[in-house]
This record gives sequence, C-alpha cells and structure tokens, in this order.
Amino acid sequence: MKFFHALLAFAVAAVLAGSPARAVDLSIVSGDTGNGLKVLRDILDQYEKKSGNKVTIIPMPTSTTDQFGQYRLWLAAHNSDIDVYQTDVIWAPQLASQLVDLTAATKDVVAAHFPSIIQSQTVDGKLVALPIFTDAPALYYRKDLLDKYGAKLPGSWSELAATAKLVMDKEREAGHKDIWGFVFQGNAYEGLTCDALEWVMSNGGGQIVEPDGTVSINNPQAAAALDMAKGWVGTIAPPGVLAYQEEESRGVWQTGNAVFMRNWPYAYSLGESEGSPIKGKFDVTTLPPGSGEGARSAATLGGWNLAVSKYSKNPEASIELVKWVASPEMQKYRALKASYLPTIQALYDDADIAREQPVIPRWKDVFLNAVPRPSNEAKVRYNEVSNAFWTAVHKTLSGEGTAADNLADLEVTLTKLKGAAW
Amino acid sequence: MQARSRLMRQRVRAAWLFLAPMLVVLAAVAGWPLLRTIYFSFTDTSLADLEAGRWIGFANYFSVLSMPSGRVLYDGLLVDPAWWRAVWNTVRFAVISVTCETVLGMIVALVLNAEFPGRGFVRAAVLIPWAIPTIVSAKMWQWMLNDQFGIINDVLLSLGLIGTKIAWTASGDTAMVAVLIVDIWKTTPFMALLILAALQMLPREIYEVARIDGVSPWRVSWKVTLPLIRPALMVAVVFRGLDALRIFDLIYVLTPNNAHTKSISVFARENLFEFDKFAYGSAASTLLFLILALLTMFVLWLGRVRLDRDY
Repeated sequence: MKFFHALLAFAVAAVLAGSPARAVDLSIVSGDTGNGLKVLRDILDQYEKKSGNKVTIIPMPTSTTDQFGQYRLWLAAHNSDIDVYQTDVIWAPQLASQLVDLTAATKDVVAAHFPSIIQSQTVDGKLVALPIFTDAPALYYRKDLLDKYGAKLPGSWSELAATAKLVMDKEREAGHKDIWGFVFQGNAYEGLTCDALEWVMSNGGGQIVEPDGTVSINNPQAAAALDMAKGWVGTIAPPGVLAYQEEESRGVWQTGNAVFMRNWPYAYSLGESEGSPIKGKFDVTTLPPGSGEGARSAATLGGWNLAVSKYSKNPEASIELVKWVASPEMQKYRALKASYLPTIQALYDDADIAREQPVIPRWKDVFLNAVPRPSNEAKVRYNEVSNAFWTAVHKTLSGEGTAADNLADLEVTLTKLKGAAW
Repeated sequence: MQARSRLMRQRVRAAWLFLAPMLVVLAAVAGWPLLRTIYFSFTDTSLADLEAGRWIGFANYFSVLSMPSGRVLYDGLLVDPAWWRAVWNTVRFAVISVTCETVLGMIVALVLNAEFPGRGFVRAAVLIPWAIPTIVSAKMWQWMLNDQFGIINDVLLSLGLIGTKIAWTASGDTAMVAVLIVDIWKTTPFMALLILAALQMLPREIYEVARIDGVSPWRVSWKVTLPLIRPALMVAVVFRGLDALRIFDLIYVLTPNNAHTKSISVFARENLFEFDKFAYGSAASTLLFLILALLTMFVLWLGRVRLDRDY
C-alpha cells in the first residue's frame, strides 16, 4: 500500500513538473449594468489569448444589495468555485477578512491610481481589492427640450424642479403624454442611499455618519432635503420611481420620456448608441447644489473593484487576472467602449478618450469632489446603517411620516447600532 | 408465543433497517441544519467566521439592559418592531392568499368537474401558472406591473378604470396587493387540482338520490358536496397555509426591501446574509420554525379530534 502511494505521488509530481505553466480555469462574478458584462467579456477574451488561461463570467443580479448577500454566503461557505469577485466600493471593510491581501502583488501599479480610491479599498493596511473603474453620478438632461422652451441649466435643486415641471407640462400639452420631468433611483436599496446622500449632502445636511463616527443625520437641513425630494414624487417624477433602480430609470429616460435623469456614467454611451431615440439630444452636467448653509454640489462616490477570494485554488493566476483587468490599457478600453470612468489618473488626459468620450475628462473634478458613503466609519455594520437610512428615506418619499420624524427615528436606530463605538 | 415474538423482533429489525437510509438522509439534510441554526441563535456568531461565536443565551430573543443612568432598555427579537412587522405581513399574506385561493380553487374545480368537450385540455392548461417557477412568474409579473411600460396599467387605462398609471410594486398601499395577485394567480391551480381530485372521488349515487328526491342544486352542493370533500379541503388549506407562512421567493423578487411586504423569511435572510447579524437571523429562522411546528401540531390535533368524532 505504501509503495502504491509513493508511486502515485511520483506520478503526480512527474506530470506537474512536465507540463509548462499549466493553464487554469478561473471564474469571476460580476453584476454589472448595461453592456458592462459584454465589455468585461471582451477584456477577458484578450486575457485568455495572452495567458492561455480560461475565464468564466458568472453573471449576477444588478442590485448591489442582492450581490452582497450572495457573495457573503459563498465566502462564508469557503467556496472555491469563485476566484475573483467584482466588489462595490463600500464592501471592503465588510469582506476584508476573506479576501487576499494584494498589497505586495500590486506594489508596482497602485501609484497610478487615484490615492483616495486605493485608500477606500485598504483595510488595516491591507489592500483587499484593486479598482477597475470608478463611478460618480451625473445629471443627464435633454438639450433639445431645454432649448425648445428656452430653459437654462438648473443651478439648484429647486430650479431643477421648476424647469422639469415647465418642460414636462408644455410637452404634455404638445401631446407627449408619457413624459416626466425627472427620474432617479427611488427603490429601497443601496442606490437610494446614494441618491439621498446627494440630496442631504448638497443641502448642507452632512453625510449620515461623519468621519469621526458621530451620527449627524437628524438635522433640519437633511429633513428639508428629504421633504424636497418627497415633493418631486408624483409631480415631476413618476410615482413608480419608488420602485426604480438604475435600469428602470434609464428605461424611462432612454425611451425619451424624461427631461432629467440622475444616473451613473454608464448611461451616457448607451444613450448615444445606435438606435437610441435620444441619441445626440442630451448632455450631462453636475448634480445641482441645494440651499442653505454648506450647500454644494454633491455626487456619491461609487465604483467597482476586483478582489481575489482567500479560498481560490489559483490565487497567483487570479491576482494576475485582476491586474490585467485593472491595467491602464484595459481601463482605457472600458472607457472608450462603455464610458466607464478610469481609476488611473493619467487616462483623464488621454487624447483618444478625450476624442471618443469627451464626457470623461470633464468628470475628473466631479469625482475628485465626490462624497464617500460612511462605509469606512460603520465598518461591518455599514449595510445595516445603509438599510436603516434608505428605509427612512423611502418611508418619507412614500408619505409615511414626515422627514423630521423619520430622521429622528433613524438617529435613534443608528445610535443604538453604533453602541459604544462603530 | 416465543416463536411469534421472535418473528416480531425480526420484522421490527427489518423495518428499522429499511428505514435507516431515509432517516440518515433526513437527519443530514434537515435535522443537522435545523439544530445548527437553533444553536447559532443562542450565540453571537458572525458570517465572517462561523466557528468563532460565543454562547450568549437568549440575548438574541430578549434581553434587558440596565443603563448606569437607571434607564432600563429591552433588546432582542421579541421587542424588535421590524420583526413584528414581518410577522404581521406574513400572517396577513397567508390568511388573505389562502382564503382567496380556496374560494377560487373551489370554483375552478367545480367548473372542471363538469362534463364538457375539451375538458382534458382545459385541465392541463389551468395548471400552467403553477408549473412556472416562482422566480420566472415573479419577474414576468414585475414587467406586467411596471408603472411605465407595464401591460396591466395600459389595459386599465384604455378601459378607463384608472386615471393615472399606478406604481403597483412601489407604493405601500399596492405592494401587498401586487404580491397577493401574483400568488393567487400562481397557486389557485394547485388548490383547484386538490379539490378536483376530491370531487372526482364522490359517489354518483348520492347525487342521483338527491335528484330523485328533488333537492335543489344549491342545497346539494351545501349539504352533500361540501361536507364530503371537507377532509380533502382541510388538507389542501393546511398545506397551503404552511406554505404561505414561509413565503420568500415571490416577495424577494417582486418587492425587495419593501417594508410593507417583508415576510419573516425575507427578514431572516436580510439579517443572516446582508447585515452582520447571522445569529439574530438564526433566531428569526428558529422562531419561524417554532411557529410552523406549533401550527402543524395544532392542525394534526384538530384533525384527530374531528376524526374521532366523525367516524
């Protein structure tokens, strides 16, 4: 028996030694929106050609909340079927203990990325995910319609509401019955946290949990911001906006049925694609500021990263794959194909990108001033914080309780969650 | 005497032998996870490391905290408004959906029990909604109920029944209605099938006697049909009721995160996987299990009492 084992071990060793740089099968999960998955496939095809490895994409639902639950479960089960996870910018502190530390392997490339993004993916000195694109939302507007009615670009949220109403009413009179003034993401999910953080922040209402850990959300300016948003639902925004995620709002927008839309940059190239009814009729600008003390234009920082599972059977090949997808060449490809914002600073001065996707260089400032969600403050309890926040906002928008009451309740919930310290 | 008892012993042994594989499988796929979930509910386990949890007793269910200031705080599932809201949603959903499904199922079954050409085809066609996987039907209805592109709003608008497009799955007032519509659409065929099976078993002679005696059709269905199919009807209602109490997939797909429709299972999943509260979610799952177990026992007991009296 012993002899047999020894023979077997010898045979295995011989096979291993004999094969040159063994090709491996990797799998990557991604829940990208729009044609993000198609572009990812293109990028992976190029990687397969270069490395000889095979990469399978496992598509996921587009809701980040759904993705997170599944990933958490797979990681808890020490699942080795998934090698690379596409992770949201807010997940790093929650998943850090189950992801490979990329610090040493990416020493040569991290300097090219924006330091703030690298910082957001660093937990206790460990870089747990490498950014592949960043996200900061834009205000999409219909150039043709604003020109038609002589309306200016809105300089504040209240101007936006007034303009939206004006154009919407006039268009409806002209027979365009299905048009609405403004669409955003009002469903109860992570996206509503992003949208509402922008309303609150732009109105000088703080960022839910401040960097020092204090719960700041219960203040009159935040309440005013939510009351303002409540006023949109059913007037300039369809009542159904309370169930919209990114793709539903884009559906209304891209069929030409909205004057304004709040969405991420991916909607730009889709709106400009062949066969789009609004091709050449729209442009983007920054989200407007609110009013009151500390009012400013605010955009929630989004963005996606690639992380290697601790339970992957091929960590080296996976890290190599992550570095490939995050490389300047591939980020440029992604920017050109799908107007995704690169995380490499130099690409904002790239001539090809400036020519093909003029929107991207204009985006650098927006995203440099973007507001992060309080994921680094709330750490493992971020999801609960976000859930409590979007629930309070969703309740306010659907008319259950006033903004002030809901925020007072939220403060109690968050303070209780925080306990002695986050 | 001696020989007979040896035969008995042999038979018992054989019975256990034949039962063993099934018992082992049941223990592995149902018993072990169940015990583990109950165990987790008494710890502070987090999903990040399942083995690191410490025993904390009943704190996930109920705990009393005395503040230094003298204030007393209550914590845990039993005082969590979100939990009670989920319980209320679930119970309301179960009662309304099972009632509607029973009534509609009965009507469909009575129609299908009648003799008419093409009956076999219609019987098969009626089952289609039930055969479609819930995820698929939920997604399909989500599109049909979409406020802007949905066909339901379009039809209602053209008929003049509504003035403006309704956001079915979004607003608090209609989200539960939307869930109920889809569930009733989907599960009525199941009820109809069970009731139809009971109807087909009824002896024809009773009806002939009733006809000869000149009993009105209404009295026949009320005094003859209904009592005769009652046992089968009870079984169907109990099965559906237990099934409805653990509703998850339909609500999760159709109206995710909506506080108006969040059921106990959805609440448990949220705590288990989304929040860093694996133990708390385990406690919610354990309570759901307890509720279902108690209800089942109650129903079985009810059935036995009735059985003793009737026969």
